[in-house]
Parts: sequence; structure tokens; C-alpha cells
Amino acid sequence: MKKFLIQLAAISRFVGDTIRYVFKGPFEFRELTRQCYLIGYRSFFLIGFTSFIAGIVFTRQSRPSLASFGAESWLPSLVSQAVVRSLGPLITALICAGKLGSNIGAELGSMRVSEQIDAMEVSGTRPFSYLVVTRVIAATMMLPILVMYADTIALLGSYMMVNMINKSSFQLFVNEVAVSVTYLDIFSSLVKSAIFGFAIGIVGCYAGYNTSGGTTGVGRAANTAVVVSMVFIFVIDLVSLQFINLFRTT
Amino acid sequence: MNAIVEHSQTKKRVAADNGRESVVTIRDLEKSFGDRDILKKVNLDLFKGENLVIIGKSGTGKSVLIKCMVGLIKPDAGHINILGYDVPYLNEAELNELRLQVGFSFQGSALYDSMTVRENLEFPLKRNMKLFDRNKLNDLIIEALEDVGLAHAVDQFPSELSGGMKKRIGIARTLILKPKIMLYDEPTAGLDPITSREINELINSVREKYHTSSIIITHDLTCAKQTGDRLVALFNGQIQVEGSFKEMSQVDDPEIKAFFNY
Ligand SMILES: Nc1ncnc2c1ncn2[C@@H]1O[C@H](COP(=O)(O)OP(=O)(O)O)[C@@H](O)[C@H]1O
Ligand SMILES: [Mg+2]
Repeated sequence: MKKFLIQLAAISRFVGDTIRYVFKGPFEFRELTRQCYLIGYRSFFLIGFTSFIAGIVFTRQSRPSLASFGAESWLPSLVSQAVVRSLGPLITALICAGKLGSNIGAELGSMRVSEQIDAMEVSGTRPFSYLVVTRVIAATMMLPILVMYADTIALLGSYMMVNMINKSSFQLFVNEVAVSVTYLDIFSSLVKSAIFGFAIGIVGCYAGYNTSGGTTGVGRAANTAVVVSMVFIFVIDLVSLQFINLFRTT
Repeated sequence: MNAIVEHSQTKKRVAADNGRESVVTIRDLEKSFGDRDILKKVNLDLFKGENLVIIGKSGTGKSVLIKCMVGLIKPDAGHINILGYDVPYLNEAELNELRLQVGFSFQGSALYDSMTVRENLEFPLKRNMKLFDRNKLNDLIIEALEDVGLAHAVDQFPSELSGGMKKRIGIARTLILKPKIMLYDEPTAGLDPITSREINELINSVREKYHTSSIIITHDLTCAKQTGDRLVALFNGQIQVEGSFKEMSQVDDPEIKAFFNY
């Protein structure tokens, strides 16, 4: 318990430092763009692939229950709400927790144990802004973008499934989606995604930056980064659900 | 040896010992991890222009000692004065100012492995000196690489280099900031005897060209003999004996004897 509290205090300080350095600078524009590019590039294919399949599967499985009420025409509306509100952000965040979290944890972890971070520090180059702040900002900015991309692909998958069962026009599908998805849905999902990104970035960086114990430590850091950020994602998802519901009228 | 014992309030202070100027003064330095006392009242001086070798078994805290000097590890008690800076009490800006004047060669070289050799050397210049002029950067990089005899490796990645080359690049990366003090952590560890000798010669030529004062941590006797003007032994958390290589090898202390008659 005492250890847990100490850990919690250390994490809070880490988050505080990160936010402080975001405003204090130095601002690492080049490194930030590089990190953003890497995040997008690394997970682009996997997120597209899984979202597409999730769209197909979800549509296929929801259809029978809707059909039993004679409410098959609601399918696009149901799917689009599910995708935008929950499926898209969750799939994207979990994939990023896996890919990005392990990547950041292992990269910073091996830089720590091979004394590269110490070397940056003794040459007076303030590694914290360069390594941590850039990665956290990049993750926070890229997650919403990836979520929009995932939503789009998932809905494409869904349309394909709808179209395969009974021919319907793309135009009609898009209209139905546009009607059933509100601005609140989109806005809250993007904010939620940014928070997911922040959590993934912070957890990965914290685990990596504080690695000790050689090669085993690096493995442990990568592992911790993935597991803890996944837990965080579900907790954030649950909390934000409650929070967003305060604003819903229907 | 007892130039300064009293701690004064001023941060800038230069000590003198029989006319020899002391650039590093360490007094009663203590550091423990958990319940393990690693350093117990260490006293040490580094005089201007000398190569000081610290020998000692592995795990006695040699690395901890020099990491305390550059503020990577915070000591529990004691004073460290380097070039007039009171290291444990510096703020971030002052610490950075000092770090630019102290070169640190890490045991494992610690090259940034996502960057080429050129980018490794540029890193402190760009980020610290705000130096972005292509030609100027290039001149400085080539000069530092020529000092260590590796100008041809400028576009290689650290993973493509041998252990000895990495050590040299690591040293070049610190030389590029023109340090006044060099700290070498086991510069020859893990290297073959021939490469080791080349590194020892490099350490000596660095002193000649840059007029550095250096601390060389090693348990390699050849390295101690070739580079050291003065040797001290760190055993059981304290500096036990001091002398030239020849004097040390004749000391009648069982631990030191064991060290020299391996
Ligand atoms: N950050 C740390 N946390 C805990 N123990 C440490 C730390 N750094 C070093 N130690 C311990 O201090 C002792 C001295 O380490 P070190 O200075 O690296 O030895 P060496 O003389 O071989 O360089 C070792 O036993 C090591 O386990
Ligand atoms: Mg060591």
C-alpha cells in the first residue's frame, strides 16, 4: 500500500512535469512532427484492418436482432452510433496501447539502461522535453485523427455488409449515418480519444523513463506500459460514458 | 590534500594546494542506496591538468562517485566543488552551465542509437549552443572526429561500429563541447589489449590538445599505468591510498596488493 502511494506520487509528479514542460519549452517542433508521423505510420494499416473487420462483424451480428423487430432499416443508424461513440475510439486506443505503448516503453527503457538518457542529461540537453513531452503530445494529437480514420473505415465495412445482404445505395447509407450521429457524439469521442492518447503516452513514457535493471527491466517496462494503459483506457471509457450522458438529451 | 574543508556560502570558489589549482574538490561525500552505504566520507581532489586514476573493485561505487559529480546522482551528504560550482546545490541553469564544461565518457559509450554519428555529435551543439549553421557544425564535427581518428565513420549508425570505435565516438561527442574536465568511466572495459592501448593514447592526446584535467576510472592496470599521473584506490567506500603507479604497486595493504598481483 505504501509502495503504491509512493508510485502514485511519482506518477503525479511525472504528469505535472510533462504539463509544465509543454508550456515552458523548449518546444521540439521537428521531433514532435517526427513522432506524429511515426505514430500514424506505424498503426495505419493495423487500425484500418481491424476497424474494417469490426464494422463488418458488428453489422452482421446486429442484423438478426433488428430484423426480429422488423427494424432492419435502423441498422446504419445503430452501427454508426456504436462505431462513433464507442467502437472506433476503443479499437484505436487498444491497438495504440499495444503498438505505441510497448514501443515507447521499450525505446525509452533501453535508452535509460544503456545510459543514453544520462548522456543527454550530462551534455545539458534536457532529455525530458525532447523524449517525453514530444511523445506525449504526439500521442494526444494523433489518437483523435486515427479515431476518425478508424470510424470511417469501420463504417465502410459496415456499408459493404449492408450492401451484400440487400443492395442499397451508398448515398442512402451516408444520409442515415449523418442523421443519427450528432455533433456531441463526434466531439465527445474526439476528446475522449485525446485523453486515451495522453494516457498511453504518459504511461509508456513513465514506464520507459524510469526503467531500471538492465534488459529484463526493458521488457518489464514495455509490458507495464501496455497493461497499465489498457486498464486506463477502460477506466477512462467508463468515466467518460457517465460524463457524456450528463449532456445527452435523449 | 587539505585545501578546503570548510563549506562556504559562495558558489564560486577556487581552491589552491601548494600552488596547484584544484578543479574538483570533494569532501566527506556520502551516498547509500537503501541500507547499503556505498560511499562513506570520500575526500578527493583533482588538480588542474592532471590525469587522476581511480582504481577499485567493481561495485565499490566508482561510477556512483563520478555520477555525483555531474549531478546524475544526488549525494546524501558532503560537498562537491567543481570549477567553483557547488554541485549538489545548483539550480537547473547552473547545473547545465557546469555540465557543458565537464565531459563524461560512459562505460557503455551511451551513443544515441537512433542517430548517425554525425547526429550524435550535432545533438549537444544544436540543442545547447543553438548552433545551426551547416558549415560551422560540419567543421566542428570533423575536427572532433579527427581527434579520435574516425572522420570516415561520420554517416554510420552506432550499431555498425565496433566497441572501440563507439568509445571513441563517445569521447568525440564530449570533446565537441571543449570540456575543461573529462570523466572517463572504465574507458577500456571490454576491449582487447591493442584497442585498449589506443584508447589510453587517445586519453593522453586529449589532455595535450584540450588541456583537460581528467578522472579515469578503471580496473585495468595497463590503463592506469599509461594514463595516470596519480592513482587513488577506492575501497570500502573510501579513498584508501594515493600515489604514483609505482608507489601503489608497492603498497603493503592486502586489498591493494590483491589488486596489483592479479
Ligand atoms: N541507482 C542505483 N540504485 C540502487 N543501487 C545502485 C544504483 N547505482 C548503483 N547502485 C549500487 O551501488 C554499487 C556501486 O555501483 P557502481 O558505482 O556502479 O560500481 P563500480 O565501482 O563498479 O562502478 C553497486 O552495488 C550498485 O548495485
Ligand atoms: Mg562502474
